[in-house]
Order: sequence, then C-alpha cells, then structure tokens
Amino acid sequence: MNIEEGLLKGEKRACARLITMLENNDQGAIDIIKKLYKHTGRAYVIGVTGPPGSGKSTLTDRLTKELRKKNKKVGIIAIDPTSPFTGGAILGDRIRMKDLSLDKGVFIRSMGTRGSLGGMSKATWGAIKVLDIYGADYIFIETVGVGQSEIDIVKIAHTVLMVMVPNLGDDIQAIKAGIMEIADVFAINKADLGGANKTQLEIEMNLDLNEKKDYRPSIVQVSASKNENIDKVIKKLSEHRKYLDETGEMIERRKRNAKLEVIRLVEEELMDLIMNKALEEDMLEILSEQIISRDIDPYSAKDNILKLIKK
Amino acid sequence: MFDEKELKEIKKGKNKWAEETVKKAISRFPERKEKFTTGSNLKVDRLYTPVDVENSNYNEKLGFPGEYPFTRGVQPTMYRGRLWTMRQYAGFATAEESNKRYKYLLAQGQTGLSVAFDLPTQVGYDSDHGLSEGEVGKVGVAIDSLKDMEILFDGIPLDKVSTSMTINAPASILLAMYIAVAEKQGVSKDKLRGTIQNDILKEYIARGTYIFPPQQSMRLITNIFEYCSKEVPKWNTISISGYHIREAGSTAVQEVAFTLADGIAYVEAAIEAGLDVDDFAPRLSFFFNAHNDLLEEVAKYRAARRLWAKIMKERFNAKKEKSLMLKFHTQTAGSTLTAQQPDNNIVRVTIQTLAAVLGGTQSLHTNSKDEALALPTEEAVRIALRTQQIVAHESGVGETVDPLAGSYYIENLTDRIEKEAVEYIKKIDKLGGAPKAIEKGYIQKEIQNSAYNYQMEIESKERIVIGVNKFQVEEEHHRDILKVDPEVERLQKQKLKALKEERNNIEVKNKLRELKTIAKTSKNLMPYILDAVKAYTTLGEICDVLREVFGEYEQSVIL
Amino acid sequence: MERPIRVLVAKPGLDGHDRGAKVIARSLRDAGMEVIYTGLRQTPEQIVAAAIQEDVDVVAMSILSGAHNHLFPKVAKLLREEGVDDMLIIGGGVIPDGDIPFLKESGIEEIFTPGTSTTQVIEYIKNNLKR
Repeated sequence: MNIEEGLLKGEKRACARLITMLENNDQGAIDIIKKLYKHTGRAYVIGVTGPPGSGKSTLTDRLTKELRKKNKKVGIIAIDPTSPFTGGAILGDRIRMKDLSLDKGVFIRSMGTRGSLGGMSKATWGAIKVLDIYGADYIFIETVGVGQSEIDIVKIAHTVLMVMVPNLGDDIQAIKAGIMEIADVFAINKADLGGANKTQLEIEMNLDLNEKKDYRPSIVQVSASKNENIDKVIKKLSEHRKYLDETGEMIERRKRNAKLEVIRLVEEELMDLIMNKALEEDMLEILSEQIISRDIDPYSAKDNILKLIKK
Repeated sequence: MFDEKELKEIKKGKNKWAEETVKKAISRFPERKEKFTTGSNLKVDRLYTPVDVENSNYNEKLGFPGEYPFTRGVQPTMYRGRLWTMRQYAGFATAEESNKRYKYLLAQGQTGLSVAFDLPTQVGYDSDHGLSEGEVGKVGVAIDSLKDMEILFDGIPLDKVSTSMTINAPASILLAMYIAVAEKQGVSKDKLRGTIQNDILKEYIARGTYIFPPQQSMRLITNIFEYCSKEVPKWNTISISGYHIREAGSTAVQEVAFTLADGIAYVEAAIEAGLDVDDFAPRLSFFFNAHNDLLEEVAKYRAARRLWAKIMKERFNAKKEKSLMLKFHTQTAGSTLTAQQPDNNIVRVTIQTLAAVLGGTQSLHTNSKDEALALPTEEAVRIALRTQQIVAHESGVGETVDPLAGSYYIENLTDRIEKEAVEYIKKIDKLGGAPKAIEKGYIQKEIQNSAYNYQMEIESKERIVIGVNKFQVEEEHHRDILKVDPEVERLQKQKLKALKEERNNIEVKNKLRELKTIAKTSKNLMPYILDAVKAYTTLGEICDVLREVFGEYEQSVIL
Repeated sequence: MERPIRVLVAKPGLDGHDRGAKVIARSLRDAGMEVIYTGLRQTPEQIVAAAIQEDVDVVAMSILSGAHNHLFPKVAKLLREEGVDDMLIIGGGVIPDGDIPFLKESGIEEIFTPGTSTTQVIEYIKNNLKR
C-alpha cells in the first residue's frame, strides 16, 4: 500500500494506516506529513466537548449527516480515556455513528488518550493533518468529556462546541468552574425532555459574568436523538466561523495554535532526549535515593540532569 | 416464631457449640474454604438457627398459600390441585416445521405451547430485508404475515391450548395475528388463553431485540393492556422478565430487583394512561430464571412474590387479591449449560427444575442438554421434558405446598434477598424509575459488573464449573445436533414474494396509511394493527410505518 | 512504549446476546488492548468499514443465533476484497464443532466456543498477530 498516494486520492485505508503510524510514533509517518503538509489548512476543525452522557457522539452523528446533505466530506476523531493502569481502553463512540461507517465521505477514528491529559490523545494533532490531507472539509474532535481536563481542545479547534444537557445538577457547577470559557457555541441537547430553558438561563447568566470575550457564544436547544434543530447548530457554527474569518481572529487562532504545537513538540522531544539519557545512566534512580537521604536537594538534582544535554 | 427465652437459650447454645464443638472439629478438619457464598455471592454462614429468623412474624411474613403476602405460593393447594404447566419453548425454520414440532410436543404430554420467533420477526423485519440475511428461521420460526401464522397453528384448536409467545417489540402485531387466526378457526377473542412477553424494558437492558424508543414502546404496551382488558380478558398481557437479565450475568438479587423495577414502570405507565390498576394488574405475569444454587433460587422466588405483593398493595393501592399475586413462568438457565460433557447438563437442568418447583412456579421450560452447542434436537427436547415429568410424578416435591418453608436458611435467605432488592429499587426510584435508570446505563452496568466478576471467578477457579475448569476430559466431536437448512431463507422469501402478489395491495396500502395517521395520535393502535394484519400486511411493513413515526431506539451507554 | 493491540469487537446480525462480547471487550482492555466496541446489529459491510477506518489488528466477532456460517465468512470475504490481509479474524459463540472446519477455510482463523477462558483469547491474540 502506498500511503502517500492513497491519502492524496482520499483512500480510507491509507488514511487509517497513517494515523496508526502516528499513534505509534513512527518516524515514517512524520516524514510523509512533512512532505504533504502543503495539502493541509483547508479543513475546519470543530471541537465537541461536554460532560459524559450529554450525547456528544449522537450529536456529532447528526451534524455529520446534515453536512453530508451538502456533500461536505467529514472526518471524526472520537477520543476515549485509556486506563492508566493497564494501558487498555474501550472505545465505544462508533456505536452512535453506525450508519456513518459506510458513508464514502465520512471517516471515523476512535482513539485512546494513551497517557496524555487534557482530554486528547497526543496523536490527535497529527491525525487532524491526516484527515485534512485526506480531504475532509469538516473535522470533528470529540473529547473524552470528563469535565475539568478538556481545555486542550482550544489549542486544536477553530470552534469549540460545548454540549450540555438539562438537569445536570451539580455537574454544571463543575463545568462552570473550569471550561465554560472555552465554548464558542453551546448546544443544549435532549431539549425535548424539558428543563432546557432553565439550563439556557444558567448559561446566559454565566456568560454575563464572563463578559470579557469579544464573541458572545451562542446557545442552541437541540434534540440529537429526535433530529430537531440540527441545522440550527450548523448555522451557529458557521456564524462563528464567519466571525473568525472576518475579524482576522482565524489567523490569530491558527498562529496561536501553531505556536503551541511547536512548543509542545519541542517539549516532548526535549523530555524524551533528557529522560532517555537519564534513564540510561540510571540517574533518576540514583538521584532520587540521594534526595531522600538528604545527600542532594531536588534543585541540584535537576541541574545534574540538565547538564546531560548542556554539554 | 420463638419466644424470647427460647431464643436466648438457642443463642447461648450456638455460641457454646461454636466455641467448643466447632473449634475442635476445625482444628482437625479445616473447612474447604475461608468464605462460603451462594451462586450470587451472598454470604453463607456455617449454620442457621431460629436466631437468624428471629424477627419473623409468621402471619406477616409467610402467611398461607393463596393469601397475602403469597410468600408460600399463589394458589392454596399448589401442585396438589394441578401440576405446573410444562411448556417447552420451541420453534424453528418455517411455520410448517414448527407446526409439526408443536403437534409432536402436545402428543408427548406437553400442556401448553411456547412459540420462539426468529430474530427478524423479533426486531420487525421481513425475511427479505437486508438485515435478515442469514438469520431467517434460525432461533425460531419466521413469521412475515398472517399467512405464516395460519400455517403455524394449523390443526391446533386455539380454544384448547394456551400459547405463550416470546415476542416483545412487535408484540401487538403477533397478538393481532393470533387473534385473526383464532377468528378463522371460529374461536372468539374472549376464549383465548396465553401470554405475550411484551416486556420491552428488559430488551433494552439485556436481550437486545428492541425497535422503538422507550416512550413509544410503552405506549404500545399500554395499548395492549387496555385492549385486552376489554377484548381478550384471559390473555396475560405481559411477562415481566428477569430471565434474560439473569442470563446477561446478573445476580439473583439483581434479577428480582430489576424485574420488579420494570414491573413498577409498567404499572405506572398503565395508570398514567388512565387504566385502573385492578383492571390490568391481574393479567401481569412474570418470568424468572432457575440457576444451580437450589436453595438460593427457592428463596429468590419466595422473596419476589412477597415483595411484589407488598408493592402492589402499598405503592399502588391495588385492591383485588389477584392484582397482588406474582405468577411466574420459569426457564432453566441456558447460561449454566456447558458445551463440555453436554450430558452433565441433564443433571444441571434437574437441579434447576427442583428449584423452580420448590419455589412455586406456575409453568416451566426445561432446557435441552445440547443448547450450548446448537439448537436442541428432538431427542434432547424429550429428555428435558421428561426431567419435568420425573420431578412431577416421582420426586414427591409437589405433594405438599412450599415444603422448604421454615428452614432457617431458606427463610433467612428469603429475607436477605428481599431486603437487598428493596435497596436496589430505592436506588432506581431515585434515578427516576427503571426507564431512566436504563437510559443512564445504570442497570446495564450493574449487570455487566456481575457478569465480569463471575467470569473472573471461574477463571481463578474460585468458582467451579464441572467439565469447564475442573474434571475436564478430552471432548468428543458432538455430532447429533440440529441444523436449520439454509434453504429455509430462500423458501420463506419466495412465500413472501408470492403473498405480495396475491393479496389486495390497495387495501394493504390503505391500512398502512390509516395506521400511520393513528400512530401520530394518542389513540389505541391495537384495532388498527388487527385490521392491517387481516389484510395480510406484513410484519415488516407495519413496523416500517411505526419506525417512521416513532423513530428507532439507540443502544445506551455500555461498558 | 509498546504499542497497544487494537481490536474491533463486533456483533454481526440481529442477535442481542452481548454478555460474552462485553466480557471479552473488558478483559481485552484489562490486558492492555484498545477495544473498539461497535454495539449490536452490525452488517458485515459496517464491520469491515469500521475495521478499516480503525486500522485494527484483530476483528473479533460473536454470534449466538446460528447465523455464523453466513455472517463470519462474509466479513472475511469483504475484507479480502478490500485488500486487507494483515488483520487477524476470530469468532466466538454457540458454534457447533462441525461448522468449525468450514469457518476456518473461509478465513476465520480461530473459533472460540462456550467455556473458553478470556485468558485463552488474550494469549491467542498476542501470539497470532499478523503485524
């Protein structure tokens, strides 16, 4: 299989394999992306986040179907948590996107977080590029959805869609505390069950308190399972996109994200570089023993490790 | 049951026994395990005495058979009057083949029919639907239209037999077909006896043959309640099933708790639909599993009966005696059967049969020894039926009512199962009732945890399954199994095609249009479904129309 | 870091009995694998599409309804047609001994029948990966 050619032709297998290689830190994958990087930059990336049980997958499914009516190509990355103990994961988001599997213009990939925090997998950044080259007009990133740790999504998405549900009770407090600020569009899902107006009011009040943003996020009541108001969500997403484009904010976001990505990559590589060396020489083990026996302090231990690359 | 002084003496005696006699014995012969538990992980003590049932007020907790709280049974004389109904679940391939099997079973002394439908029928697809591929006639009989139903019951007088149909999401359609066949036989609706399973909640929880979302499914169910209370008064309109919950891996306590929680949801839905509790409650029936832990199972049935009676009386204010009775069908546990040394399964089924009978079941299906391998052969089905007959006629357990009552262990277990089930039901109430708890995945998760733990216990050999993790032998190739001819699917499709050419298609179209209109209102759908069925509208066509109006259920959170 | 094995656990056909599939999914996860669980009522076409997009190492299917002779081979055939030759295809469920040779000939590499321990499945997967 020639991945490069396949990917440019929009073949799903090539796309899938390249993502696998990225997930496994395969240098070959990075070489391919380097070569094809000029083909990226077309896709519009939407982060879908929100508490567990808010129906992120179902909503993503319906939004995708709506976009397919307009013949848009869609890529979906659905992220679920990896167990920190076993390294295993159950990735179950496809269950709610069953009919999309066979759609020629849709590519869905499930990913485990594989040890990274922030509700995202390390390979997500790469996977987005792959889907972009593959030809996706829209890319949805569905985060883990555990509440506090979702902030990484802003570093990657152009628009953040926060999915809420009525009657969350205490959960809404938890969300308010950390990540209400990152939303560009709120979708109050399961609005057919009642209580949506109250939730909307709560969100509005919260937004009033945080009136520092230039863009006032919009709120849509929607029922994904009943397929109600899906088009409205799309409309609000487009409005935000238009705002980004017209105000130049899009370029700002892209620049900021590019910066963050480079920093992240450098950080990763530096860490690997240093820690591999330190591990090779068993330094970490030795130093930590010295720290507890008070032969050395943690600050000097750090200096010792950094000397490994300073030379 | 004992006075205080006596209890004190017993307590003292027990302590002394534990300190002296037991200690000495254990020092020489330690017990086999550190911890003893039931099949569902309830703690089992070394010995039970009156102390363990000390809070028992006989009249309040046990009472008399046929009287509240029905702990000892729903009929005053139980099997002294009439033995339980021996009802083997059967059906495969075509209506013709199944009809032959039913006639054979009736000739063998079976006293009621139990129809198994194939999966396409159960999820509302005709045999020519893409998703039906490979499934037609496999786990039961394929029914596409009234035509098949006429063949299925050909030569079987519907006023004489009682028929149980394992059908849920499209239950109203199959019931309508049954009524239509009866009419053609000249049997009026009010003479029909039988049961439809009609329990959609456990499909979402455990069995998976759902079609429509919960709200719409509940409407179909309450439509049936209402229709039958007037038109088919002897029909059991629902069989609230713990069977599949248990098969999915639940414990005995969870089986009772989740089944009764489902029951509560149905009663609430019916009341909300404007029915009077005493109008439909007498036609509710239940369906439980029988596992291998004989005494735990007996306690389970007794606890379920007592708890349901209390719920109906205290929570729903039911007045009629019959509304308070938990009548149930039992099936032995398919999940306990092993593919290894399949003959051993006969023994398992015997123990499970005893459990069901000692627990006071109203009817029983015994599984065949080869079910972990494939669909049962005729010979295997006969042995299974004979197992019931031997228990009925030779074992003597049916000669007196509730013979295990008064056993300190049984009464203690009955109390504990009831208490733990009550705790679960409280939790489910807090979540907003069974449908909400299902939507949140709570019930499914609880069951999955139990199933996983059970599997791990087998793998660590904490739990022994003979032939699987102990006393294995080199397995022989098992040859005698029943296979459904793949031809069946082709034949069934052919029949369906012919039907669609023969029938009055304009009438069918009109009936479907009418059904669609009514589905959008809140009217009772039963009469319209009956009309459609009589015009030889197919099951798939009716379900398609309902799918269009109602939407489809999507599996809720898993794992 | 060793890469996790990716497994698609699927229930082809209309059969709703997923106790086994779920227990397996969970034990594979606990053995450090990434399990893509696709839920009930999957057509062979959907399973193949998911397997390709997820680029799994293993396709594991479970059927208790007796439709295995039709559905298992169809998945294997569709995968072959897509040019996929590096995925391990395995099946489980109530499957008579007599059907196993046919299924193996059709491209299902191993069949696990009732009584199989999860450890056996895990070991089999680890020892028989195709890449």
